Amino acid sequence: MLDWITGFAAWELLALEPPGWGGVLLRGLAVSLQVAVGGYILGFLIGICGATGKLYGGPILRDVLDVYTTLVRAVPELVLILLLYYAGTDALNRFMALIGAEPMNISGLAAGIFVIGVVQGAYQTEVLRGAFMAVPFGQIEAARAYGMSSLQVLRRITLPGMLPHAVPGLANLWLIATKDTALLAVVGVAELTLVTRQAGGTTKSYFLFFFAAGVLYLTVTLVSNVAIRRIERHARRGMPAVR
Amino acid sequence: MSSPHSAAGTSARQSAPAVQVADLHKTFGELEVLKGVSLTAKTGDVVAIIGGSGSGKSTMLRCINMLELPTRGAISIKGETIDMQPDGRGGLRPSNTRQLQRIRTRLAMVFQSFNLWQHMTVLGNIIEAPVHVMGVPRDEAIARAEKLLERVGLSDKRDVYPAFLSGGQQQRAAIARALAVEPEVMLFDEPTSALDPELVGEVLAVIADLAREGRTMLLVTHEMKFAREVANHVVFLAGGVIEEEGPPDIIYSAPKSERLQKFLATVQ
Repeated sequence: MLDWITGFAAWELLALEPPGWGGVLLRGLAVSLQVAVGGYILGFLIGICGATGKLYGGPILRDVLDVYTTLVRAVPELVLILLLYYAGTDALNRFMALIGAEPMNISGLAAGIFVIGVVQGAYQTEVLRGAFMAVPFGQIEAARAYGMSSLQVLRRITLPGMLPHAVPGLANLWLIATKDTALLAVVGVAELTLVTRQAGGTTKSYFLFFFAAGVLYLTVTLVSNVAIRRIERHARRGMPAVR
Repeated sequence: MSSPHSAAGTSARQSAPAVQVADLHKTFGELEVLKGVSLTAKTGDVVAIIGGSGSGKSTMLRCINMLELPTRGAISIKGETIDMQPDGRGGLRPSNTRQLQRIRTRLAMVFQSFNLWQHMTVLGNIIEAPVHVMGVPRDEAIARAEKLLERVGLSDKRDVYPAFLSGGQQQRAAIARALAVEPEVMLFDEPTSALDPELVGEVLAVIADLAREGRTMLLVTHEMKFAREVANHVVFLAGGVIEEEGPPDIIYSAPKSERLQKFLATVQ
């Protein structure tokens, strides 16, 4: 078995320096992680606003948010990415032309973060909305009764109080975000999957490079899991263990 | 409404009543829960509010710190009336958020279901309002919290999260949290109703101890014997109005109204 594995591949192709492609793969991973982290943070901000808007906003805002979460969750992500990337940059440049500004050259990285952020935002809105509702109202009442302002109640009570209910869903979405970045290959963002395909196509060692990419994605997940476990343990510190 | 054992010494210091409720009305949709309740508690008074379920006693207490917004009427704490304005839907809402927040720090509420903040330790719960609302330095707040924990008998639970405590311990922690803001008035909303019978005693002992040191307290309770022992004034609410009020000895031994007589017969 080991002979077979060591025999089929030209391992030197993974060297960090050219002619090896290892460095290219790692740079691709760095781009993937930037898109994932950026998109996830953007999605979190959208999610917090979306969840509070859905819970406490007026009827119009609630309807708008409903349309957003329904549409984004209904349309395949690949379609959304193509739509937002091409239609989004086109709309932006038309707008720039309208106000008489130079057309902008949107970097694939920025567009990728925006697209993943919009997709994540819809899912995170729903995860956070559920978590907000899980905070017992009595704890919010107690905070008000002791003179906290609305902002203090949110920061000191509601946000930390909902965290244990939000972490499992948010952790799932983080893992999905890391892998959704691969879809950006179709619009030419030089993330891990795209550079892997380039490396494979150039050297014809497809199996080697896609195997290496798989290992990199797996490593991201394993490292994430360690972090998620820590965050979850911290968030659940006030809750008795369920066995 | 003074009585022989109210803390006359402390009440003489400040002339304005600790709590004044004037013509309080509260409607939930079609249902009128409070139909004009007026109540005065002087500094040092322990007022027990009794009545059947649905009589409006909890609603009245919750209107005092505006957890429930009254439809009509006024609330004054130490002579300062909470600013209210019409909310445009036939009710009232506080018109001065800062004033309300400031007044709320002078009132401390103990809830039926404790309402401790689950993501904070017992100590964290106690120092939260002093540190983050009133701006007390953290180490000073901790030093005071430790004294309060000793007082309610929870020194060994300082760093424990509320979910790991019994109901009685949680309620004693909630009382320590209330004391930590050094309130001028304490509001107890059925503090023992959610407790197992064997845990009621430990909480009542702490409350009785507070009553003895002359704290101003408004206490909604079903514990008739306890109300009779600690209160110097008893208010009987029925159907959204004060049906009868007076010193506990008279209320319990010589009730005038028929409804109060019936109520006492069913609960005793």
